[in-house]
Amino acid sequence: MTNYELELRQFIVENFLFGKEDAPLANGDSLLELGIIDSTGVLELVSFLEQKYGFTIQDEELVPENLDSIDRLVQFVRRKAEIAA
Amino acid sequence: MCGIAGILNLTGEPVDPCLPRRMIERLRHRGPDGVGYYADAGVGLGHARLSILDLAGGHQPMSNEDQSLWITFNGEIFNYVELREELVRRGHQFATRSDTEVILHAYEEYGEACVRHFNGQWAFAIWDTRARTLFLSRDRLGVRPLFYRASREQFAFASEIKSILALPGVPREIDPIALDQIFTFWVSLLPPGHSMTVDGGVVTVKRYWEPRFATTTNGAHSEDYYADALRDLLRDATRLRLRSDVPVGAYLSGGLDSTVITALIRQCSDVELRTFSITFDDPEFDESAFQREATRFLQTDHQEVRCSYADIGRVFPDMIWHTEKPVLRTAPAPLFLLSKLVRDHQYKVVLTGEGSDEILGGYDIFKEAKIRRFWSAQPDSRLRPTLLKRLYPYLPNLQNQSSAYLQAFFHVGSQDTADPFFSHVPRWELTARSKTFFSDAVRAETEGYDGYAELRTMLPADYHRWDPFCQAQHLETGHLLPGYILSSQGDRMAMAHSVEGRFPFLDYRVVEFAAGLAPSLKMKVLDEKHLLKRCAKDLIPPSVRARSKQPYRAPDGKSFFHSARPGYVDELLAPERVRKDGLFHPQAVAKLAQKFREGKAIGIKDNMALTGILSTQLLVDQYITHFGERDSHD
Repeated sequence: MTNYELELRQFIVENFLFGKEDAPLANGDSLLELGIIDSTGVLELVSFLEQKYGFTIQDEELVPENLDSIDRLVQFVRRKAEIAA
Repeated sequence: MCGIAGILNLTGEPVDPCLPRRMIERLRHRGPDGVGYYADAGVGLGHARLSILDLAGGHQPMSNEDQSLWITFNGEIFNYVELREELVRRGHQFATRSDTEVILHAYEEYGEACVRHFNGQWAFAIWDTRARTLFLSRDRLGVRPLFYRASREQFAFASEIKSILALPGVPREIDPIALDQIFTFWVSLLPPGHSMTVDGGVVTVKRYWEPRFATTTNGAHSEDYYADALRDLLRDATRLRLRSDVPVGAYLSGGLDSTVITALIRQCSDVELRTFSITFDDPEFDESAFQREATRFLQTDHQEVRCSYADIGRVFPDMIWHTEKPVLRTAPAPLFLLSKLVRDHQYKVVLTGEGSDEILGGYDIFKEAKIRRFWSAQPDSRLRPTLLKRLYPYLPNLQNQSSAYLQAFFHVGSQDTADPFFSHVPRWELTARSKTFFSDAVRAETEGYDGYAELRTMLPADYHRWDPFCQAQHLETGHLLPGYILSSQGDRMAMAHSVEGRFPFLDYRVVEFAAGLAPSLKMKVLDEKHLLKRCAKDLIPPSVRARSKQPYRAPDGKSFFHSARPGYVDELLAPERVRKDGLFHPQAVAKLAQKFREGKAIGIKDNMALTGILSTQLLVDQYITHFGERDSHD
């Protein structure tokens, strides 16, 4: 498990599932379909990403293609980090 | 307004006279002006009185002339004057001026169908000593409560659950399925618009009325015609609700509905009018500017109570004692403070604007469903989602969302628009997220329960043919209005301080008229309560008429996690306490509480979960752990 994956999983499980996973959250699971994330949750997630990784997320990047599963988040963070570097 | 209670021993054993007294003692807040009891073989009735009509002659339980019928009654029959005249013409003789006696004679005259003649808000029980039957009824919309519990040996009823729980042998346990529905104990509630008969141990429940939101007008007349008709009906509904032998005041929120009612009171009466409002320290919730404008325009003697986070946190436990069930919002708490303000000014009766949003189409959920349906027809549209942002200007978190996320949150494209619950599913699913905090034991017990399936069995036979707007109105009026607005926010908060609420919009004539109106008269494009605004022209300040709807809300999490946190919060949310009470997952609750302590919980979902958990924990504390310790008069 990569660092990104560990950190993102921990944030989601702690912050949205309050440490209580009914079934282990798979990396490909949709956060929307599982009802894990709501409109506030998106903003919490974005705020976490910006604070933790020090980049800025543009409005047009706020789409499920970037943020809706652990896999997609890892890829998104990796891409942003590469651009920043 | 009063508290009622009674016991029928189905074995024929005499009723222990202490029991009706014990039940009524739990209801003294509903009727501080006097108590009365009646006992017959196997039967005991009790009554706690709040004197409003016929102050000298309205004592209860009351009998007819030959004492063959005995009634205990909570509520008002507003058309009692006209009914009395009709009954006198038919040969009935009256000993009092009260509406209670009118019920008895109407029952003699019309039998169980008497309730169809009533225009009012009621819960009553009539003991027929000859037939040895008990007849109980509840008003059409569910303004007044009537709980009951039937076992093989005994039938018991009361205005509030706490009165039934005062009886020996009644289990004070949380029913997990009821918790799933946000109800609580093993006690039943007679549904609105229903009557019931207990005869020889057989309990029969019958519906006598249901609003049918099926369009009957079809635009046969002009908008002005319907606006005039609505205004005439509302004026008459208000006139009837001013019948009282004590002064009548009004709640004034600063919104359209209560301002219209206040204006109509001014038209019906020359007496100085006193109005009452809540204001909030937090400007996000405060409407005082509109309230003051309305009071200036309508020249009322105005009183207000200012509400802080600390106030809500302070009264929340008392509020839960009165709601008797968990809540997901703190909104009843300011209404608890408001009824205290009314009582402190020696008022017992207030008229309010309750019911207008349901019957005339005011709620955002109606508009939201219309936009979602409109967007679902073109899921790829870029412009249609912007309507949702305009709908919720008071929810900043929605303003920053992309179309893709809005589409997901509002189930656009993913939900069948023919779903009978299309309008409410996104909101109910959001609410259901709170259940993830249930303990493993509660989740196991509720696993097979399907609330949607149960609700589907309760829909009117031709519901699927109704306009979607009417379907949404039915869900609000038939379920959420009696289940929360009229109970947790209504009867229970007003009666906590012995105050009777009266609701002109819920006069059945107004409801039936509104139910038959074409949806376009209620919401014209996206203009909510279109017809009411039209009929309010010249009645109320233009600014109040023109303002966009602000739903009544109160601060949730901040009321428990502000600079001075109420002591019970940490105690009830502590892992060891949560584990002992057994309803929620201790670690998950601890993490949620920590999120609030750190100021990171800002969303509706977290706030609802916190309020739901805290209110349930308070119920356990007050009704299971320490039930006998609470002063009956509280």
